[in-house]
Amino acid sequence: MIIIPCPFCGDRDHSEFSYGGDATVKYPALDASAEDWYNAVYLRKNPRGAHTEYWHHVGGCRSWLVVERDTLTHEISSAKYAHDGYGDSA
Amino acid sequence: MSASSSRLNAGGIINRNETLSFKFDGKSYAGHPGDSLASALLANNVKIVGRGFKYHRPRGVMSAGQEEGGAILTVGTGARREPNVKATMQPLYGGLESFGQNAWPSVARDFGRVNDIGSRFLGAGFYYKTFFGIRGGTKDWMLFEKIIRKAAGMGTASREPDPAHYETAHTSCDVLVVGAGPAGIAAATQAAEAGLDVVIAEQDFTLGGDYLSQPDGAHRAVEAVAKIGSLGVSVMLRTQVFGLYDGCVAGLIESVTDQETGMQVRQRMWIVRPRQIIIATGAIERPIAFGNNDRPGIMGSAGLRTYLNRYAIKPGQEAVIATTNDSGYATAADLKASGAQVTLLDARTHGPDAPEGVEVLRGRVPVKGEGWSELQGLQIGKLSESGEVSVEKSIGCDLAAVSGGWSPVVNLTSHRGVKPVWSEEMDCFLPGETKEPIKVCGSAAGLWDEEECRLSGAAAAAEAARDLGVNAPVVERPEPRRTNTPTMALYEVTLPGKKLKSFVDPQHDVTTGDIRLAHQEGFVSVEHMKRYTTLGMATDQGKVGNVIGIALMAAATGAPVSKTGTTTFRPPYSPISIGAIAGRSVKQHFRPNRLTPLDAWNKKHNAVMTQAGLWWRPWYYPITPTESVDDAYEREMKVTRECVGLCDVSSLGKIMVQGPDAGEFLNRLYVNGFGKLAVGKARYGVMLRDDGVVYDDGTTWRLSENDFLMTTTTANAAGVMAKLEEYLQTRWPELKVSVASVSDQWAGIAVAGPKSRDVLEAVTTECDLSNEAFPFMGIREGVIADKKVYLARISFSGERAYEVYVRSGDAEPVADALWGATKPLGGCLYGTEALGAMRVEKGHVAGSELDGRTTLEDLGLGKMASSKKAYIGKALAAREGLHDADRKQLVGIIPTGDGKRLRAGALLMADTEQRGHGEGEITAVTYSVELGHWIGLGLIRGGVERWDGKTAISADPVRDGNTEVRIVSPHFLDPKGERMHG
Ligand SMILES: [Zn+2]
Repeated sequence: MIIIPCPFCGDRDHSEFSYGGDATVKYPALDASAEDWYNAVYLRKNPRGAHTEYWHHVGGCRSWLVVERDTLTHEISSAKYAHDGYGDSA
Repeated sequence: MSASSSRLNAGGIINRNETLSFKFDGKSYAGHPGDSLASALLANNVKIVGRGFKYHRPRGVMSAGQEEGGAILTVGTGARREPNVKATMQPLYGGLESFGQNAWPSVARDFGRVNDIGSRFLGAGFYYKTFFGIRGGTKDWMLFEKIIRKAAGMGTASREPDPAHYETAHTSCDVLVVGAGPAGIAAATQAAEAGLDVVIAEQDFTLGGDYLSQPDGAHRAVEAVAKIGSLGVSVMLRTQVFGLYDGCVAGLIESVTDQETGMQVRQRMWIVRPRQIIIATGAIERPIAFGNNDRPGIMGSAGLRTYLNRYAIKPGQEAVIATTNDSGYATAADLKASGAQVTLLDARTHGPDAPEGVEVLRGRVPVKGEGWSELQGLQIGKLSESGEVSVEKSIGCDLAAVSGGWSPVVNLTSHRGVKPVWSEEMDCFLPGETKEPIKVCGSAAGLWDEEECRLSGAAAAAEAARDLGVNAPVVERPEPRRTNTPTMALYEVTLPGKKLKSFVDPQHDVTTGDIRLAHQEGFVSVEHMKRYTTLGMATDQGKVGNVIGIALMAAATGAPVSKTGTTTFRPPYSPISIGAIAGRSVKQHFRPNRLTPLDAWNKKHNAVMTQAGLWWRPWYYPITPTESVDDAYEREMKVTRECVGLCDVSSLGKIMVQGPDAGEFLNRLYVNGFGKLAVGKARYGVMLRDDGVVYDDGTTWRLSENDFLMTTTTANAAGVMAKLEEYLQTRWPELKVSVASVSDQWAGIAVAGPKSRDVLEAVTTECDLSNEAFPFMGIREGVIADKKVYLARISFSGERAYEVYVRSGDAEPVADALWGATKPLGGCLYGTEALGAMRVEKGHVAGSELDGRTTLEDLGLGKMASSKKAYIGKALAAREGLHDADRKQLVGIIPTGDGKRLRAGALLMADTEQRGHGEGEITAVTYSVELGHWIGLGLIRGGVERWDGKTAISADPVRDGNTEVRIVSPHFLDPKGERMHG
């Protein structure tokens, strides 16, 4: 029963979102080594406390959001758009 | 008062002008509006209302609340039968039918009572001990279990579908007050006076809580209720707050009606988002464990007071009240006033003054109940300073009431992960501190005095108001404190050298002996003790027996209660109907039905529908009323391969990929190149996951320089869309691409078969359909039935084929035109069964092969991968293990014998002796009309290279057993694809 404050849609129930995993993972270039990709795809921290993660507002504006959530209390301290803007406006 | 009624002539909150008739175990009785089922039974002098779970001992009404351990009945008949209803919480209604549980033929005469005589065999861990290592193994277990289940069990549910309606509702408020006793009403009043939006929820069917148990209770409750009503508080009666969840969201179940009233809902689940929660759930009176403390006629002292004052019932003439605290005195006084003879045992040497006319025996405790099916007397004992008990005498009585102290209802804070804290001083668990906007007041916070409860409710509400930024007076919040006559910590009365049968949890028949036995056998943690003895595991969930159980365990281990801890309370607070959670999401409303734009058209043409994921698709189109699916799909396949067939393919995922970087984007997604795809052409593409495993496939069409239409499998349409958005928004925001799902905007019709071009030529204008002008994999625009269409020359069936895409709203006229040209040629409509069969013949992979474990090479698609560019999944797809020659790879499968059918899901074994998962499995099968025998696709270790032409065993132990099959190439028909290019 988490509420996620979507920057576009306002406070929305988490049932409108789908979880998108650790948002701190930097995916390597497509031609990077298998080892770099292995690290990005498989290695995850499992923190007790603050976690930066993606949520997709799949039943709303379809934005991918970066959300700060406490894994212990489910408290959400921030939610922002996954990047600053499209193409030239970035 | 007549001989058959224990109802007093005056008093109570019941409507004596109206009589309600009801039944218990087949016999008719009468009660009044305002009665609970339990009070109505007591008023009719029904003493035995149930039987114990294990020993089948007779049980009577033990309380007047949610904590009831004796009067647990089955209410209703047929499909509406509900077991384990607490008669104390069930309002009486006319025509109510109820039945005792755990007994046969009735609770009054039960044959299972023999269990009590042989009870030493049914102690703690009985089930574990008896059935571990049982000689006959699982078979005997199942036999014994059946017998035991018949004898035990807590009532039986109806096996019919529940005909009642349920619904879910959402609301929010400033303050949710849980419980409408003195503290809760004071809190609601204070919060509403501060101008807040207040909801108060009360599980009982009358507001007032402890007010109702007092002699002037009705008057005081009415006054308080009128006050909150006038302040605009939303009052929810018969509404249990069953759980608190993340973000302090509260789950409530409102019992709307118990009777059949057409479309009226029976229960409503509320999901409430309050900004502040005030918990005023009160406290539950504890029993004392002593010999035969479960005899009908023995009840809680507070419960007895409720029956006297709220229901005007005097359940006995000669009564003994045993107490460890002051609350027994009020019950004694009220009972005396009703004309009964009352003896009060106070375990303490100091207590309040004796109520008028009541004999108080100080330092005395109950030792053993006398009588079998009904209480006839109470053996009492003297408690020495060192805590030893010596039997003193027996007092004849037909009623006994016990108060062993109070346990605050701390369940809701526990749901939020807040551990209750044991207070030695108050002899109870108190709710722990919470950082959330939750305030606990009244008896739930360990306050026993009514005035203090009211003050604490007002204080909690004032604090809540200030936390919300609203002005409210500062009210001092009273703290729990020890009085001059504190509760004595007495949990069990034992006699040296004597064995007493003393119940801790009457619902699950757990005795003090069971707890000591559990300790002897090494179960020292309360969580283990709970599971081994099953203490608190019935519908009671630890409301009554928890503290006694923990205290006895603490005594056995020599550790203090505070170190022993308590078990965790989890939602729901008391049992709730699954139906209420499901709400309206049942039957066809359980999940959405997705219909294609041609749904009505398909049905008009006799389609038999099937569900694929959420989509309803035509399965087959029988041409006679009796044509079977097998006959139909074989016919549809044959007609399509020899002539022409039409198929609704609208459910395919369709995504517009647009923008100057769209080609580059597709190049990164697909293993094969798309950047150089010519305008007006389509290409089959495969995409991988990051880990290199195949994710999805489909054709993508270049409509113009910057516009692509991607098609996905039906199953992965939503997933692919989310992935594209993820890549664009999180990984490659620099790409100038936008994506939009257009699956529902376009209808798709496959026109397949050698005569497909004839069909299109008959109906299409503004498009040159010749093989030269419109070759295989071409995309063209055209007009059919005056509607603009896209024509794609792509083939899933392997025949010369086209797919016609049209705006959803225009789908029917286009389908009519196509069918109008198809029918005269001898063509047919075909469904998903024939569609799937033809893809098996062609060896095309689909969902059963794209199972999230297969790689490009496994599927025989390795050659598609581009070596000139990088794409998603390429790096990890290069891992050594994914190129092992021993991996399961796509093969074709045919039976070796004549006419033998194949079965999808069968395992492929090297020989008949092989066990385990074998070498692979069959993923899809069909009868091939063209080949005249069954064929299948499968995945097998080493693939065609290792197996071509060799035999294997198809092992299908639950259906056909072992069948010999031959492994062949997966391309059964036209391996060079000459048909579709022609
Ligand atoms: Zn949004």
